[in-house]
Amino acid sequence: MSLVRSVGVRKSFGSVEVLRGIDLSVEAGQVVCLLGPSGAGKSTFLRCVNHLETIDAGRIWVDGQAVGFTSRGGKLFELREREVARQRRGIGMVFQRFNLFPHRTAVENVAEGPVHVLRTPRRTALDEARALLDRVGLADKADSYPHQLSGGQQQRVAIARALAMKPKLMLFDEPTSALDPELVGEVLDVMADLARDGMTMIVVTHEIGFARQVADSVVFLVDGAVVETGPPDQVLDNPRQQRTQQFLAKVL
Amino acid sequence: MAGEHRPGEPAVGERPVGDGPVGGPAVSEGAVGAGGDELVVVPLRHWGRWVGGAVILAVLGALGWALADAKIDYAAVPGFFTHDIMLRGLVNTVLLALAAQAGAIVLGVLIALLRRSANPVARWFAAGYVWLFRGLPVLLQILLWFNLALVFENISVFGLFEEKTNVLVTAFVAALLGLGLNESAYMAEIVRAGLNSVDHGQVEAAKAIGMTPATTLRRVVLPQAMRVIIPPTGNNFINMLKGTSMASVIGFLELIHAANNIASRNLQIMETLLAAAAWYMVVVSVASVGQHFLERHYGKGVAR
Ligand SMILES: Nc1ncnc2c1ncn2[C@@H]1O[C@H](COP(=O)(O)OP(=O)(O)OP(=O)(O)O)[C@@H](O)[C@H]1O
Ligand SMILES: [Mg+2]
Repeated sequence: MSLVRSVGVRKSFGSVEVLRGIDLSVEAGQVVCLLGPSGAGKSTFLRCVNHLETIDAGRIWVDGQAVGFTSRGGKLFELREREVARQRRGIGMVFQRFNLFPHRTAVENVAEGPVHVLRTPRRTALDEARALLDRVGLADKADSYPHQLSGGQQQRVAIARALAMKPKLMLFDEPTSALDPELVGEVLDVMADLARDGMTMIVVTHEIGFARQVADSVVFLVDGAVVETGPPDQVLDNPRQQRTQQFLAKVL
Repeated sequence: MAGEHRPGEPAVGERPVGDGPVGGPAVSEGAVGAGGDELVVVPLRHWGRWVGGAVILAVLGALGWALADAKIDYAAVPGFFTHDIMLRGLVNTVLLALAAQAGAIVLGVLIALLRRSANPVARWFAAGYVWLFRGLPVLLQILLWFNLALVFENISVFGLFEEKTNVLVTAFVAALLGLGLNESAYMAEIVRAGLNSVDHGQVEAAKAIGMTPATTLRRVVLPQAMRVIIPPTGNNFINMLKGTSMASVIGFLELIHAANNIASRNLQIMETLLAAAAWYMVVVSVASVGQHFLERHYGKGVAR
């Protein structure tokens, strides 16, 4: 069974329908890249997956659970916010603007979830946090505050912070868009490593090179609907839809 | 000074470098742009500052002379400063201010949260609360609480608890309610501004690692809001320390009441008031130092 399954997902902001029936599946261990023009609804869809937005229609299943609901006796009951929080533990998210906690050091940022959500003993959590920072190449920056780090370093701390929750799914929303060009590579390298280690990932990105090398499948979204989907060499090199061709011609 | 002048050149008539080649023989055409080390540099003289400073010192001197000459028995002040009654007044002043401020902070956070609630009734209630308790003079509020017994003889809580109002609402309790509720309305606004100052991305990041709303507030939002909350709160607390003096009108033994009490026996009114004034300055200074350290604590992680 797919780790993520989205069926007929619809979402409106006011009178504007931003997602118009998204069907999409992600198998465990797969990397799916979401591509599409600005305003297509990529971020919105990603945020629906961990219930930062509520959907108006359709259903998203993550690891067999309906996001935002619990099933009892053949019925789906809407969850309260603190129960949604429990569901989100298994889903890591990395934001375009990092959103590190500015009042905590890098290692404290990473340990925050384990200590205050998972109730891991502080010592253990800090040790694990240091190991994770080492994994993203920031062992020496553990005690720096976010404002003392470059954008690329901040984003790698943010990835480590998400990984500290031992998620089964990672969501990335344009993780390199806010970075200077020379810092993009260090973040993409960390993500490629994660993919190689078998992490299931949904990545919204404009980095076509990354999609080509790392993605198992590419989904092309326009105006809230999936236009084309398939393996990267097919969608990126031989797109069938005219809309995809136009977009790629602009980006490449 | 002497080093700035070429020998033989008059000091009067010197101009700043920028004024061009009027300054004397040192300014030749070649000298301009050649590092300027051949030019005479005359710093701007701030005559106005000297005059202003002298005026201020003169006024202060006159004032000091007048005070020294006044009919005040300064030697008596230290005695009143450490007088038993004065010390009791001091303790009561500090206790009242701390209790009222602490209560106001707790209530203020609650009201601020209600103000941001999704529930319209809660928002409406919070707005009304602030409107009422911020709108009425503190002295009036203290008097209303102190005279509560005139309209409610007994206070009972769902029959679980019952007590005579004038036993329950002592001068301390009336002052605490009057000062604390008024302050809580101000605190609600200060906390609301603080919460609004935190970037929404912080809340999303906290949610994304599975934090509950309560943990998000405690670990992520409030600590960052503190930077905005502390300075005006420190300001308000200093006001609170002085505001406790209003409790003297209902006979609560704080510093002013203590001073009056002592003065009524020896008629050294000015001397006892000066002793009370000294205590206010001490307490306010301590509070200011405390605020400094709090600000430093919550300033962590902020680029300066
Ligand atoms: N909270 C919101 N309220 C109202 N409209 C919104 C909100 N969030 C997004 N939208 C609108 O929904 C549409 C899709 O937005 P979304 O951020 O998902 O696009 P995107 O594909 O991620 O674009 P980009 O590449 O620019 O990030 C846009 O038209 C946007 O203006
Ligand atoms: Mg987006």
